[in-house]
Amino acid sequence: MYDKKKLEDVKAAFKNWEENKVNKSLGKFPERKERFSTGSDTEVDRLYTPINVEDLDYERDLGYPGEYPFTRGVQQTMYRGRFWTMRQYAGFATAEESNNRYKYLLDQGQTGLSVAFDLPTQIGYDSDHALSEGEVGKVGVAIDSLKDMEVLFDGIPLDKVSTSMTINAPASVLLAMYIAVAEKQGVSSDKLRGTIQNDILKEYIARGTYIFPPEQSMRLITNIFEYCSKEVPQWNTISISGYHIREAGSTAAQEVAFTLADGIAYVEAAIKAGLDVDEFAPRLSFFFNAHNDLLEEVAKYRAARRLWAKIMKERFHAKKDKSMQLKFHTQTAGSTLTAQQPDNNIIRVTVQTLAAVLGGTQSLHTNSRDEALALPTEDSVRIALRTQQVVAYESGVTETIDPLAGSYYVESLTNSIEEEAMAYIEKIDNLGGATKAIENGYIQKEIQNSAYKYQMQVESLDSIVVGVNKFKIEETEKKELLKVDPHVEILQRKKLQKLRDDRDNDKVNETLSVLKEKAETEENLMPYILDAVKSYATLGEVCGVLREVFGEYEQTVIL
Amino acid sequence: MNRPIRVLVAKPGLDGHDRGAKVIARALRDAGMEVIYTGLRQTPEQIVAAAVQEDVDVVAMSLLSGAHNHLFPKVVNLLKGEGVDDVLVLGGGVIPDDDIPFLLESGVEAIFTPGTPTKDVIDFINTNIKRK
Amino acid sequence: MDIQERLLKRDKRACARLISMLENNDEEAINIIKRLFNKTGSAYVIGITGPPGSGKSTLTDRLTKELRKEGKRVGILAIDPTSPFSGGAILGDRIRMSDLALDKDVFIRSMGTRGFLGGVSKATWGAVKILDMYGCDYIFIETVGVGQSEIDIVKMADTVLMVLIPNMGDDIQAIKAGIMEIADVFAINKSDLDGADKTKMEIEMNLDLNEKKEYRPPVVKVSAQKNEDIDILLRKLRDHEKYLKDTELIHQIRQRNLKTEILQLAEEEILRMIMDKAYENDLLEELSIKVEKREENPYTAKEKIVALIKD
Repeated sequence: MYDKKKLEDVKAAFKNWEENKVNKSLGKFPERKERFSTGSDTEVDRLYTPINVEDLDYERDLGYPGEYPFTRGVQQTMYRGRFWTMRQYAGFATAEESNNRYKYLLDQGQTGLSVAFDLPTQIGYDSDHALSEGEVGKVGVAIDSLKDMEVLFDGIPLDKVSTSMTINAPASVLLAMYIAVAEKQGVSSDKLRGTIQNDILKEYIARGTYIFPPEQSMRLITNIFEYCSKEVPQWNTISISGYHIREAGSTAAQEVAFTLADGIAYVEAAIKAGLDVDEFAPRLSFFFNAHNDLLEEVAKYRAARRLWAKIMKERFHAKKDKSMQLKFHTQTAGSTLTAQQPDNNIIRVTVQTLAAVLGGTQSLHTNSRDEALALPTEDSVRIALRTQQVVAYESGVTETIDPLAGSYYVESLTNSIEEEAMAYIEKIDNLGGATKAIENGYIQKEIQNSAYKYQMQVESLDSIVVGVNKFKIEETEKKELLKVDPHVEILQRKKLQKLRDDRDNDKVNETLSVLKEKAETEENLMPYILDAVKSYATLGEVCGVLREVFGEYEQTVIL
Repeated sequence: MNRPIRVLVAKPGLDGHDRGAKVIARALRDAGMEVIYTGLRQTPEQIVAAAVQEDVDVVAMSLLSGAHNHLFPKVVNLLKGEGVDDVLVLGGGVIPDDDIPFLLESGVEAIFTPGTPTKDVIDFINTNIKRK
Repeated sequence: MDIQERLLKRDKRACARLISMLENNDEEAINIIKRLFNKTGSAYVIGITGPPGSGKSTLTDRLTKELRKEGKRVGILAIDPTSPFSGGAILGDRIRMSDLALDKDVFIRSMGTRGFLGGVSKATWGAVKILDMYGCDYIFIETVGVGQSEIDIVKMADTVLMVLIPNMGDDIQAIKAGIMEIADVFAINKSDLDGADKTKMEIEMNLDLNEKKEYRPPVVKVSAQKNEDIDILLRKLRDHEKYLKDTELIHQIRQRNLKTEILQLAEEEILRMIMDKAYENDLLEELSIKVEKREENPYTAKEKIVALIKD
């Protein structure tokens, strides 16, 4: 991209500057540290110049928004067309209370819903299961059956909102319930918009809400791909998530690498199941983290977009642009929030919001300041949403597309993250793919090593966390926190018992036994799961039947 | 003390966030302790059974789901029920300040919230260990 | 009730505490073993060894569940390496055995090697006896998965089960030399993987070279994860047990193992005596200085220390 002669001049001048000016100045004013590095501990040079990006080819490496390789963004006009979707993950206690919170958020100008489920729901246990004790309604809403789902979306027209559901192992069951609720509202499934997370591989890697072994989980996922491509065509069938990988302690490059490696595994599974890549690939979406190192994060998103486009085109021979576009949701990093001086978290979230927006995200959840302490209060959630609105309407960064492109540093970082991620993906390919690399613990081990290294850096003050290992104060201020009423569990169990008493149990048993029968065949299970939930079979019952046939996953831990 | 301290690091409940538990397990190992790691989704009963069979000095639990008020005291009580009175029970994770007095009263010896250096946990164990 | 009585009454805490005492060289534990030794010998000891990642823990879990169907009491000693740097260890084998934790007739104990080489720990020998007194019918010892060096298991177990997985490539070549002689039963785990048959064939071919022996170790394909053919594997293990008992070879094996154990205990004792003398009054320090100055040589220095313990 650069004129060869001019680049030679720059090199000579740079050398001169370094040797004659910098070295002299360093004698008098030494730098703060021996080694400077990004948030992911990649070494950072003093100055970036055209020398660092001398091989950059604008057309090939960056191109134009909405065009291959999509480094600069997936839409032609980006935020000049419309802002990202501001989507706050919320849900707690009972369906009634969550329903109220959703209505509040929609009133406040939020543009999409994001449902958080409690852990028993995420792991396919009913609220009255022994393992659910103490967990009901804690980290999200408890959904035992279609009854709860009807309450959750009561008064919310499902043809008007887009709904994102953080649900993985039992994703097909919750999606079925959503379709059933819509049907009761008179909304046909082809009108439904939204996303299910449905990313089991990162559950094995980092998040832990798995149920079935990989092979059977992949089958359920490809069943959803196939079913939705026909019946729910506007639905994003998977959100391939690096968020939790990063939260578990990975570096930025590892986040990209392991997420895209998971993505490759899903695409391969779908192709193996006989689906056409351009049929399902446009419905794949991604979910990334936003950490504090603003420029590294921006480079990360750009590198991920470019790498995924190449993978889809070169490895899977996708033809449609939409199949090559990496669209992603972002959530600010929960792990960077501190319990100490929690108001500082508002500032962290602001930086992270800027990173996501400058990186071209399609939707964003901003964390609330008190999330290192408990579930957020309504006030905190409002500030978090306002943070997005200030960036959108006041900061000016949305007025042009990909404004950091061409920065020597950002382009250089984009390249190095892509290279590092690619090297990991090759390594994972050699191990037999993401599923194998998870089963033998390789991916988990790499993440743990990064997490441990970071922790040691914080403890040795090589990394500073404001308010935690520096600038500490005696904290006296009482923070107002949200408490989930412990009676929720009792209440939820009562509701469940009533459901079991009132429903047509013969019908339930019949749909469940059909589901069990079909689980042993190769058939797509979605229609049978839909029948079961419509008969008011509970989530635990549906998953129980599948557990019987599929067995359960046992984690690999290498410490 | 002339023997390695034995610590059970456990994840009670359904919460799958084990970054903290794994970091602490490694830090305790590097401090010369024998760490028995039980993995995810342990019931209080399983934790106590493991603590008994492994004859540990410390039971360290990590939980981020908010079920601590239920699960931590249950482990303490089950240990008492087994007649175990020389084990240090520790809790860590996202635990609101308001809950800490209740947990301490119910017999959890210390609560470590996010941001605690691993060294503090190691020091606490070394100082407060009940068996010599 | 003292700890000895509690052990005989099958109290888990007593059993657990005695193993700890033994690990920490507590004299009282040794005295209890001395007193109760004539009550031991009824437990059958199966060593489970194999390279890292071969699924030993899961297989131990499955074999235990199979034995539990017959009402047998099972003890499990799961050994993981101790860090040579810190002396600490992460013992993670229980992760694969979570379901067994609540079974009152199963006792699982994780042990660090604590500097002992050979895939087990020094206290493992004693822990086996304690589990025997505690009333276990079967005791599994799951060794460290380190390739070739977990050979000590053969000096401890009645039957040795070698767990392998397909596609180990060069690894299998490297360990074959060491393992062919020590294994009484082979399990090819993860039998659903391609290459399971090939691995089985390779083992069989190696066994052919040893045709002269009366007992030929069986090679069983299993899937611990999917719980497939565990019953067959257990049957083969018990066939070996029956063979040893029918032919009375069991006594030879146990005597051979006891020779090692007695010698090892003697070695330890003598080593400790030497260490005590060497460090007493800074003798070793003094000698090393003299040797370094060439006023003395290492051989006479040794003789001086050894002379002290001969008295």
